[in-house]
Amino acid sequence: MVPETTPIVSLILRTATRYVFAVMLLLSIFLLLRGHNEPGGGFIGGLVAGIAFVLYAIAFDVESARTLLRIEPRVLVGSGLLMAAFAGIIALALGDPFLTGEWATIPIPLLGDTYLGTPFIFDVGVYLVVIGITLVIVLTLAEE
Amino acid sequence: MNVLLILPMLIPLLTASLALLAWNHPRLQRGLSVFGAASLLGAAIALLTVVWSDGIQVTQGGNWPAPFGITIISDLFSAIMVGLTGIIGLSVVLYSLVSIDPARESFGFHPLIHVLLMGVCGAFLTGDIFNLYVWFEVLLIASFVLLALGGERAQMEGAIKYVTLNLLSSAIFLAAIGLLYGEAGTLNMADLAIRLGNSDRQGLTTALAMLFLVAFGIKAAIFPLFFWLPASYHTPPVVISTIFAALLTKVGVYSLIRVFTLMFTQDTALTHTLILVIAGFTMVTGVLGAIAQVEFRRLLSFLIVCEIGFLLMGLGIFTPLGLAGSVFFMIHAIISMSALFLLSGLTERICHTFNLKQMGGLYHSYPALAVLFLVPALGLAGLPPMAGFFAKVTLLQAAIEVESYTIVIVALVVSLLVLVAIARVWNEAFWKNPPDDIAGLVGRPGALQVSGARLIPLLLPVVTLASLTLIMGIAAEAILAIAMDAGEQLMNPSGYIQAVLGGQQ
Repeated sequence: MVPETTPIVSLILRTATRYVFAVMLLLSIFLLLRGHNEPGGGFIGGLVAGIAFVLYAIAFDVESARTLLRIEPRVLVGSGLLMAAFAGIIALALGDPFLTGEWATIPIPLLGDTYLGTPFIFDVGVYLVVIGITLVIVLTLAEE
Repeated sequence: MNVLLILPMLIPLLTASLALLAWNHPRLQRGLSVFGAASLLGAAIALLTVVWSDGIQVTQGGNWPAPFGITIISDLFSAIMVGLTGIIGLSVVLYSLVSIDPARESFGFHPLIHVLLMGVCGAFLTGDIFNLYVWFEVLLIASFVLLALGGERAQMEGAIKYVTLNLLSSAIFLAAIGLLYGEAGTLNMADLAIRLGNSDRQGLTTALAMLFLVAFGIKAAIFPLFFWLPASYHTPPVVISTIFAALLTKVGVYSLIRVFTLMFTQDTALTHTLILVIAGFTMVTGVLGAIAQVEFRRLLSFLIVCEIGFLLMGLGIFTPLGLAGSVFFMIHAIISMSALFLLSGLTERICHTFNLKQMGGLYHSYPALAVLFLVPALGLAGLPPMAGFFAKVTLLQAAIEVESYTIVIVALVVSLLVLVAIARVWNEAFWKNPPDDIAGLVGRPGALQVSGARLIPLLLPVVTLASLTLIMGIAAEAILAIAMDAGEQLMNPSGYIQAVLGGQQ
């Protein structure tokens, strides 16, 4: 292991990060859901979530950011890609061209009947891929 | 039917994603990789069969009607290219099982190969010029990483040249698409064909055509834009340079053939004559470069450039027979070139070098290996009964039909020089006595550094590809029939346009 240079620890940054982190994750999910019908979506949501973890890694260290994430960023990329592909395959299975938006009203507890479509699944896939890629790149560089 | 059109992109995507999830399980990754490549080949053959029997297949991505959505389309030429991608994909993946080192494998070799295959298949199947750009980026990014993977010094040097020139080409490509969109207001290639045909500003269209010629020309390594290719292809491990040699420049050639048969056919006296001249120069520089080389893979790299010239020759002639010749030559070039690249890996295993001067005695110790070399190599030079002979005959016949005798003479002389280059490899690596420092290596048991069942993935792809060049030569009649149909489809794009836009034109 390369000996770590003494990190510049800012109490303000650390304290603020603890609060901002949760807000950013919430914001990212808000952006993801909003993207269903309005500006927003998986890409921008994923970036915000990714940045939340990057901020955590800067305020504390890369190791604790990884611990907080629990899973390998790479797994997020893989599962996100699979999810996006799955959204396209649903359309194929229903006999439509690849990636056709398929919509249905699904009763979800607490939310009532919700109008949902395969583009949402695709967007969640994008969300996961973007978080994963951001973190693979940034955390690897931060560790160098 | 739309399932078959999507599978060549979907299968590599799923394989790459699953391989990412199996990052820390190399054995599982290898299994997935082989399974994915085999399924891709299966899907590609199914697609080719359907296109061959039922004609052009089309699906509109997301069910958005053309020309607004992204059209996925396969005519015979696309289907043949996807089929070849399947063959090369499986061969390379099998060969990599033994030959790729654990370090590269642990840094994502398998996912990257499948991303590359996805990009290549996507580029062959898309009917939308911007989508073509996207697929180019997909395959380029995968190729950038594959080329630099391992981080050896020579690799980095090659990668810098490769990346710089390809980024430049992408920038030109993108700028050309922007200008094209500004001029025609559409990105769908079939729609573009109609609108450019009706445009009253032919000068602008021709200028755009030249931009595309440069952009694809860099990727296809045509004269005088080929310098990045021999500078980079010999640096990565053999499997990686094989898949590059077999597929990447051919995607550039495919794109050139596609846009110059579908979209830019207004001023053929200028554009296609220019392509024919470039074809001649590409052949000559390629083969002269090859003769001067002492590094096995660099020599082969220059021969790739030479082959690109022959591929463009059919496009420059611009008759159904000429394009059929190009398609036939494409089949032959991809298969024999990848056979030779994989074979160069085998000789490297025996002699521990790619330098021809330091090799020798291979014919004496490994006659079977020498035959494996001779079959695709003589095919490359255009000797019967290999497929290369019939491909060249078709091209020459097409050139004589349009009375372009200069290119006929150039092609014949170049073929002779290719034979000289091949003979040089034969003399140096196979015929002459081994130099003293490797005399002990050649012919000793276990020289391939693997034994028993592990030899199969190493030898099977080479044997299969080499025999394919022979079989295709014997079955030239059937291959030529397919190539003729593909050429007819390319020369008469109305079928393509009709298939994409249906009755709305």
